Amino acid sequence: MDLFLNAIAAGVLLGGFYAAMTIGLTISFGQLDIVNIAHPSFIVLGSFCTFVLHEHAGLDPIAAGLLLAPVFFCIGIGVYSVYYTSFERRGDESLRGLAFFFGIMFIMEVLLIMTFGVDYRLVETWYIGESIHIGPVGLPFRMLAPFCVSLVMAGGLYLYLSRTFTGRAILAVAQDRLALQLMGADPVRTKQIAFGIGLATTAIAGSLLIMLGPVEPSVGRLYIGRVFAIVVLGGMGSIGGTIVAAMILGVVESIVATFYGPSWAPAVAFGFLLITLAVRPAGLFGR
Amino acid sequence: MRIGFFYPIAVLLVLGGTFATLHIDSNFVFYAGYVVLQFVVLATAWNILGGFTGYVNFGSAAFFAVGAYTTIALNKAFGLPLYAILPIAGLVAGLIGLGAGYLTLRLRGVFFAIATLALAVVLETLVANWGYVGGASGSYVIPPAEVPFFDNYIEGLFSLMLLLAVVSVGIARYIARSKIGRGFAAIRDDEVAAECMGVPTLRLKLIATTLSGALMGIAGAPYPFYVTYVEPTSAFSLSYAVNSIAMPLIGGTTTWFGPVIGALLLGSLQQWATVTISSELNLLIVGVMLVGFVILAPQGIVGLVRKLIGWKAGR
Repeated sequence: MDLFLNAIAAGVLLGGFYAAMTIGLTISFGQLDIVNIAHPSFIVLGSFCTFVLHEHAGLDPIAAGLLLAPVFFCIGIGVYSVYYTSFERRGDESLRGLAFFFGIMFIMEVLLIMTFGVDYRLVETWYIGESIHIGPVGLPFRMLAPFCVSLVMAGGLYLYLSRTFTGRAILAVAQDRLALQLMGADPVRTKQIAFGIGLATTAIAGSLLIMLGPVEPSVGRLYIGRVFAIVVLGGMGSIGGTIVAAMILGVVESIVATFYGPSWAPAVAFGFLLITLAVRPAGLFGR
Repeated sequence: MRIGFFYPIAVLLVLGGTFATLHIDSNFVFYAGYVVLQFVVLATAWNILGGFTGYVNFGSAAFFAVGAYTTIALNKAFGLPLYAILPIAGLVAGLIGLGAGYLTLRLRGVFFAIATLALAVVLETLVANWGYVGGASGSYVIPPAEVPFFDNYIEGLFSLMLLLAVVSVGIARYIARSKIGRGFAAIRDDEVAAECMGVPTLRLKLIATTLSGALMGIAGAPYPFYVTYVEPTSAFSLSYAVNSIAMPLIGGTTTWFGPVIGALLLGSLQQWATVTISSELNLLIVGVMLVGFVILAPQGIVGLVRKLIGWKAGR
């Protein structure tokens, strides 16, 4: 029973971390319909940037993530501009747009391997390795910290999207471009900002990823199935849905890992994705 | 190409290649040639689904590895020779293609793409946990000491791959000109319109995924005999996935010969670059070329040449 409770607690924390990894994709794929399969690779890039900042400037990983977010925002604006002029405007997203992101994913992975080698890298801070105990349940800080950061980030994004003009424009652009233009907002500019925000979250998620455990350049592949499964299960574009779906996946994965062995965890996400697509493609909270 | 220059040329190619194995002593030519031809098969197979039908498969490495591991399992269990394994490898990979397609293709195409990406990770996990075929540490395959007719087994494998390449290009060419191919093109250009005109879109898409997967599996089946040592990381290497996407896109996706051009060009370039430069850099070149071509020359080399000579007729 203790084992079970621990598995559930670890799963909830893991789910919170998955939410941080996914929330950018919820915006770019769920709301803008940009199939950014390079999303997990950007997270890994964020991890390695965090590693460099931590190793050479002695920055705290979370601070490094926050510092990197504006840089990633600008990269996102650049990537979207290329994507828009080369694919979206030509109506060529489905084949060449996908290949474009696949190419970017591949280039980043090879560049990281060429720079850092295939070794695992990790960061050390005072709070990693500590844990607090509530009854029989132990909560390690290296999982608790990502969980809290993730919830703060999700809350902030939710407020931004529902309260500000630009945020509402982002929610609107996927639904009705023309109406958005009539309200005095430029759809391309809006999507640029939204995609930039999506990538900015990968910087923070990257700092959380390397805090949770060691990272090597090709680890992003393991997360592709997970993040897309969460976006779809969460109802394509809903932030609340993303968090709930991420928690469900985290708990199921944690239980499978505890009772059947951790090597089956990637298969869980894939099973989730397939079952979701086959049974309920609109997600749990589908419109 | 009217009355069928294709078939005589194809037969001549296979015979010529086989004849060459008797007269060229340098084994390097056949080692390198095998890899290039293997990419011709992979690129052509990818293009049947990706280029003709417009659905992206990111899991070429998974289908390739399924073929390779079918060989390992059957060779270990029953000691079957390669020519008996080939059709079974095609069948297994084709069934996986059919299953993945059936579960995801009824929805939007991107879900199929994402599913294939995840499929590669999951199959690699399964194989790495499957002790019988060597698990994560890999397993050895002992190639037969003597191959009838050929001097050594690498020349035999080269001729086999040449035959497979010619056959798969022939299949792609036949499809491109048949009723099925027109159905594929209709799906690619406007799926809803095709559906309204009575094109059986789901059935055609499933034919494409099955055939494409089967050809990739067949391309992977001789692989264990070629390298003699297979482990999951190399069999599921992302470079197969990226190459089989890059080659058709660089060559030109809408024709049957675009992927062949792309595979011959990029495959030879990589064989040359692996020897002279590092293999990491050579993968980087492929990635950069892929991104460069999809941005700057979306119709690939075939499109560039057509624009250059002002040839408009589409085949």
